[in-house]
Amino acid sequence: MKKYVLRRLLVAIPSLLIASVIVFSLPRLLPGDVVQLMLEEKAYGKDLEELRAKMGLNRPFYVQYWEWLGKVVQGDLGESLWTRRPVVEELLRRLPVSMELGLLALFFAIVIALPIGVLAAVRQDSVSDFVARSLAILGLSVPGFWIATLVILLPAIWWGWSPPIQFTEFSKDKWAHLSQFLLPAFILGIASAAAIMRLTRAMLLEVLRQDYVRTAWAKGLRESVVVAKHSLKNAIIPVVTVLGIQIAQILGGTVIFEQIFGLPGMGRFLFDAINQRDYPVIQGVNLIIVSVVVGMNLLVDATYAFLDPRIRY
Amino acid sequence: MANHVGALDAPRTLRDPTRSLRALGTLWRFCRAKPLGAIGGLLVVLMIGMAVFANWIAPYSYDETIRGARMKAPGAQFWMGTDNLGRDIFSRVVYGARVSVTVGFGAVLLGNFLATVIGITSGYFGGKYDICVQRVVDAWQSFPFLVVILSIMAVLGPGMLNVILALGVLGAAAASRVIRGATIAIIQHQYIEAARAVGAGHLRIMWRYVFPNVTATIIILATIGLGGAILAESALSFLGFGVPPPYPSWGAMLSGSGRSYMYTAPWMAIWPGAAISLAVFGFNMLGDALRDLLDPRLRGAGGGRLR
Repeated sequence: MKKYVLRRLLVAIPSLLIASVIVFSLPRLLPGDVVQLMLEEKAYGKDLEELRAKMGLNRPFYVQYWEWLGKVVQGDLGESLWTRRPVVEELLRRLPVSMELGLLALFFAIVIALPIGVLAAVRQDSVSDFVARSLAILGLSVPGFWIATLVILLPAIWWGWSPPIQFTEFSKDKWAHLSQFLLPAFILGIASAAAIMRLTRAMLLEVLRQDYVRTAWAKGLRESVVVAKHSLKNAIIPVVTVLGIQIAQILGGTVIFEQIFGLPGMGRFLFDAINQRDYPVIQGVNLIIVSVVVGMNLLVDATYAFLDPRIRY
Repeated sequence: MANHVGALDAPRTLRDPTRSLRALGTLWRFCRAKPLGAIGGLLVVLMIGMAVFANWIAPYSYDETIRGARMKAPGAQFWMGTDNLGRDIFSRVVYGARVSVTVGFGAVLLGNFLATVIGITSGYFGGKYDICVQRVVDAWQSFPFLVVILSIMAVLGPGMLNVILALGVLGAAAASRVIRGATIAIIQHQYIEAARAVGAGHLRIMWRYVFPNVTATIIILATIGLGGAILAESALSFLGFGVPPPYPSWGAMLSGSGRSYMYTAPWMAIWPGAAISLAVFGFNMLGDALRDLLDPRLRGAGGGRLR
């Protein structure tokens, strides 16, 4: 087990390195550069070249990359080209917000998806199965940002009330802080819930048809034992693998939801940075997001090995 | 032998009168077996019809400002009301179908072409080539979809062609995985061995023996992928990185002025979202039904999508 996790950790390093090259080069391909934008809007310095040299943007690409990587390893992501504040400092403030939103969304997704998926599989082709499947397709079809818009809009029209879109710090008001995440996290989790539910149902159906499950029934075991103990444990393995992909998608979704609900997380930080061509910020956020995804996938792999004893490398 | 070939060729030149009847029969059986799939198919046909015949269906042009009709509520003259610039929302929704259909089909054609090439060669050759390709696919899949696409769109700049390029390339990874799996199952069959024995080259085997057997898979992936692509386009346009105004994209109609005026004119935020949901719902339903009928092995493969 330990060896397996260690091996996965080693495999993760080259993929992180490849990702770092992509992360570093992508924002540099943006049309129009930050220097032009700054000169137009804020009239910094006198000419383009002077400002470029001052920011170190006139040196060869690989020199800039190498220098950047060296600093990253030491925990320095540079400073924002606009606010001149260290990116790490800003990220540390925003990362918890996005993580809170993302983890809560994942929690909602699993809590909704598993019971419904199990019910749909056990009662295959019944009314509840039909309803569950239709709801899942609906959940995959309706855009989250539209649901979010309606959730803000409709109560405002009907009852003159709308959910709070101001951010409250945890230290100021614990309950207000937590409750402002519930709605966006729930809506963000819907699409993942639909995907997880469909997979749970399909996998459980496959396992329920196997011989050992028939044996379990033949022994006269109760339905709850056959389903929960014998079947679900095996059916859940592929579902766990999909969680890794779902985590990445949920993190991507935070870009939209932080925008709509006014949460000062990484997604919004990234969105603003792309609009302002703030390279160090774009790189920093992308790097953190990729690291979180790779780390989460590592965790998923470890869980996978734990659930399925056949996997031992 | 020569007689045989002639006998097979002859009916092709004559039109078989029962053929269209048989097609109708197949359609009827599909509707009976998969009523939800049939509803999905109907929605898809409606949407494509709206896109193709937008000029005839829409009572106004998509960027025509109607004098004295700012933010009018839905009624007899304006079925879905008008927006803050006095444009008819129904007309804009109808023209918006064009954007969605164009981007959807474009992205899926490009994505599935790439996925087919990658998937079939990866599954067919196997070995080191397969391992390398699959690691790249892994990495591609573990990036958050929206983050990657925002970064790509920021590089390419907004525009319909760029949206198609970005969505097509991104959608290819997941689909190639499924096609690879199907290819591996097919090359175990004896007829592949037989083809190799009579001296068919790699290209010929892949094109004449493997490809025809994965077309059902490709059609299913494309149908489900279309829903995903339309959803992704709307999310991009919502964030302001999609198809630029004044051309109406459903996602863009929900952002910007749609959001700032929605409290006084809620219909501005309701209809475009309903259009996206119905269109994607249609493609997903149809794709699900096709998958159940054509290829039950794919159950649970899911569609690529993002919020």
